Amino acid sequence: MLKNSFLCSSSRVSIASLTVVAMADEIILLDFWASHFGMRVRIALAEKGLKYEYREENLWNKSRLLLEMNPVHKKVPVLIHNGKPICESLMIVQYIDEVWKDKSPLLPSDPYQRAQARFWADYVDKKVPQLYHELGKKIWYTKGEEHEAGKKEFIECLKFFEGELGEKPYFGGENFGFEDVALVPLSCWFYTYESFGNFSVEDECPNLMAWAKRCGQKESVSSSLADPHKVHGFVMEMRKRLGID
Amino acid sequence: MAAISLQTATMAEEVKLFGTWASPFSRRIEVALKLKGVQFEYIEENLSNKSPALLKYNPVHKKIPVLVHNGKPVAESLVILEYIDETWKHNPILPADPYEKAMARFWAKYMDDKLWPAATKVVVSKGEEQKAVIEEIQEQLKTLESELKEKKFFGGESLGFVDIAANIIVFLLVAQEALGLMEILTEEKFPVLHEWYQRLVDDAVFKECVPPRERHLGFFKARFGSSTASK
Repeated sequence: MLKNSFLCSSSRVSIASLTVVAMADEIILLDFWASHFGMRVRIALAEKGLKYEYREENLWNKSRLLLEMNPVHKKVPVLIHNGKPICESLMIVQYIDEVWKDKSPLLPSDPYQRAQARFWADYVDKKVPQLYHELGKKIWYTKGEEHEAGKKEFIECLKFFEGELGEKPYFGGENFGFEDVALVPLSCWFYTYESFGNFSVEDECPNLMAWAKRCGQKESVSSSLADPHKVHGFVMEMRKRLGID
Repeated sequence: MAAISLQTATMAEEVKLFGTWASPFSRRIEVALKLKGVQFEYIEENLSNKSPALLKYNPVHKKIPVLVHNGKPVAESLVILEYIDETWKHNPILPADPYEKAMARFWAKYMDDKLWPAATKVVVSKGEEQKAVIEEIQEQLKTLESELKEKKFFGGESLGFVDIAANIIVFLLVAQEALGLMEILTEEKFPVLHEWYQRLVDDAVFKECVPPRERHLGFFKARFGSSTASK
């Protein structure tokens, strides 16, 4: 009887320990390797030193989990934290910043500066679809006048960001933050646009290029951004599939 | 030194809101400021002749609303709402819990990214195209209804961030009436949302911040009305 009790109590202790271990954060990221939006989340998770499970989605054959976790938009990235989904990359980044607030804050603490950071991140969000799907696409997909027009407008967009950055090391000032996270994934596409567009980002926007390199020196950024050559290969594949090569 | 401290202490908060009477985006800011009891000066902009002040305070988008707090401008309505909530912390409009806050941001953005473009399409489209847009809007309302569930407001017991952002629905329904469109938010199709809507427009603060009804109906009729409105 006593022996049984001893065994029972030690089992209870083991179960309690198991429960404590199981209660550690479970973080899953549904993503696509070349996604600008997904890279933002990867950077934020890395900034906070968080362990997570990365799951690659095939955007042409979305998983049931993705459709279940983001029924409204059916898009990546989706962060699943202890079973609960958060969608929309900038919202995910803010969520990560608020939950793990003691390490590497991405947003400033002052409400006015936070508002400026959100305003600029929102501006980037408004520009990103145009940069990739309209202007960027004209650069790698079209020829002649349309190509030149796309290239010109793309460079103008970059120059606007260059102007906003000015002499600052980062968009928010002295420290890497929310606005930088919002924009920096574009930099791994520079090589692709430069090759097809026959221009140099460094020549057109030296400050922006310096900023991209500065961000790239951070482990959180370099480990999160797609390899520029892989991106180029991906676009070459798309060109073949669309019959232009 | 003492004189400077006195000056700082007595410097009153100066809050200005640049907006237009018919814009849901500037009306949202009015709701938030009134909920917090913040005194502000309202400046009505003429969008076909924007003031130098507006262009100075929002050089990037040149749009209203812009909130100017002690000379410092904040633009983009949802960004302004968060700024207001973080600056005047009483009567919070966003939840404190990070997950609930993320959900509130998601649904407020849904209003702007889905409902607003559909609403602007419905007033300019005709016939079959208009019918299709109305169906699209009703799909969106269905989504909102299942999100609302048993809650009194999206914000819970009192109106919050999402309810304020949902003021687009008010504008949509005034347009529907002005243009003689089929009823969009029927009680039959949307029992839960319909009740929420009545609560929203009855709310003491919210109802002070909707455009005057007759003027608003007239605005839609003049701008988008035609003899070929669909039923």
